Amino acid sequence: MLLDYCHRLDDEDWDAWPGFFTEDGRYKILTRENFDADLPLGIMYCDGVGMMKDRMLALQTANIFEPHTHCHLLSRPALSGAGSQIEARTNFMVTRTMQNGAMEIFATGKYLDQIDLSSSTPKFRERIVVIESRRIDILLVAPL
Amino acid sequence: MSESRTSSPVNPAPDFAWPREGLSRVPFRLFSDPEIYAREQEKIFRGPVWNFLCLELDVANPGDFKTGNIGDTPIVVTRDENGELHAFVNRCAHKGALVCMKERGNASALTCIYHAWTYGLDGQLQSVAFRNGIKGKGGMPVDFDTGKHRLEAIRVEACCGMVFGTFSEETPDVEEFLGDAVMPFLKRNMNRPLKLLGTHSQVIHNNWKLYAENVRDSYHATLLHTFYTTFKINRLDMDGGILLSDKKWHHISYAKRATLNESAEYSDAKVHSAQFGSDLEGPELLDAWDEFDDGITHSIQTMFPTIAIQYTLNSLAVRYFSPRGVNETELFWMYLGVEDDTPEQTDIRVRQGNLTGAAGLVSLEDGCISEFVQRGTTGSGHHNAFMEMGGTEAASSKNSRATEASIRGFWHGYREIMGFD
Ligand code: FES
Ligand SMILES: [Fe+2]
Repeated sequence: MLLDYCHRLDDEDWDAWPGFFTEDGRYKILTRENFDADLPLGIMYCDGVGMMKDRMLALQTANIFEPHTHCHLLSRPALSGAGSQIEARTNFMVTRTMQNGAMEIFATGKYLDQIDLSSSTPKFRERIVVIESRRIDILLVAPL
Repeated sequence: MSESRTSSPVNPAPDFAWPREGLSRVPFRLFSDPEIYAREQEKIFRGPVWNFLCLELDVANPGDFKTGNIGDTPIVVTRDENGELHAFVNRCAHKGALVCMKERGNASALTCIYHAWTYGLDGQLQSVAFRNGIKGKGGMPVDFDTGKHRLEAIRVEACCGMVFGTFSEETPDVEEFLGDAVMPFLKRNMNRPLKLLGTHSQVIHNNWKLYAENVRDSYHATLLHTFYTTFKINRLDMDGGILLSDKKWHHISYAKRATLNESAEYSDAKVHSAQFGSDLEGPELLDAWDEFDDGITHSIQTMFPTIAIQYTLNSLAVRYFSPRGVNETELFWMYLGVEDDTPEQTDIRVRQGNLTGAAGLVSLEDGCISEFVQRGTTGSGHHNAFMEMGGTEAASSKNSRATEASIRGFWHGYREIMGFD
């Protein structure tokens, strides 16, 4: 699931993204600075699958940006907890490649996940994406 | 080479002349010329303007310090033992190293790590390491006086939760600088006990003035940002207007959501439109409450040269943009709540944080649009932008925001301060 999530995003299968979360799942991108200071407002925040679907529709039909692609690299996850509710921490790196070929590291950080295993497919109850840098280059439109 | 070139400390860019059409034309050269950039550092950032230094809450307690910059110059803000604010250039009086290398912190004195010169929180030099040498040998001359050395002071004033600084003795105090026309609205939004909800920054690959234009551009807002229009957050067919400050340097653009009277122009204009159904799947994104009784639900207020305060629904944020060279700018987003917000109100503000910022549903386009202008105008320094929407003057527009009046107001101020007649 952790890998599949990244592959779907890399492949721009946007409509698949909300499906990785429970109906009331939360997704949040926070800078490390804000996360450490316990500040609630991040760079992207979806509270429930509805807001996630709106994000994906906006990305595909409303928002305007220069075409680019992302590629995720994942570390091995550290899992903890037992039973149907587990936690995972995984480091990631995402490169961004622009249409002219310019490629750079766009974001790096950690995923802090609460995963629900009670149904047939595991789902995120919460995915907090803590990015190392407080500074976003140009803009962020696709979830990480 | 003209004579003034040698007589002035700054290159006056002698071959520059403003187009005779006036404020409705802006030469693209202004966005890419390093000589003009250097002149701006002197005339604007070290000139008679108030620069944003930090939020007051960044330096809430005695001993707090916060670094930043005014134009290219690194600065530090401190609050001393007596609660007094100070600001100075972050440059050691010895050999010029940064005195504060941490972005923020709390200290009883500031010690330069290079040779351990130590300054009080007021910037005054207190002590010098090995002043009397070692074992009676070396050391400073006997007439060396710590009282004659300090960090270069910057005039500082706190107003509406923000700390401002200026290098110029001529800058009138903040209220007068902003003027009676726009000051009350800044107080409406900011003169409250504020708390920080979150902050991040965004690097945009364009000259700082393109962002100064962008935040004043009420013409683009509802054309480029289709999320605005689709969900009727901000449209030009709502009651709203543009208010320029007395000097025209600063502006307010506002709209009242409840007054929407849908006009055909939106469907007629070749506006790409978002393909949402009539509603959001997560409509709580737009949950809002009436914080004020004036009906204004969307506003952006600028303060020349590099500050904008946004208040969209209940999302209050300070945007500060800082040049990082002639074609790069860092844009800081500081999202604020009010101390006595209920948890529900905080949730509302946090959810609305999605609307703006680097990933803002309505504003993320601004991360790239000015870069497109920067790239589009490369090599065309002698061509001009054409801005006659709403006329050619810079004047308030009480009934319509289909105008470029506030941008012309910015250029009015810019010409005045840069001496570009
Ligand atoms: S440069 Fe600061 S003490 Fe020498
Ligand atoms: Fe915009």
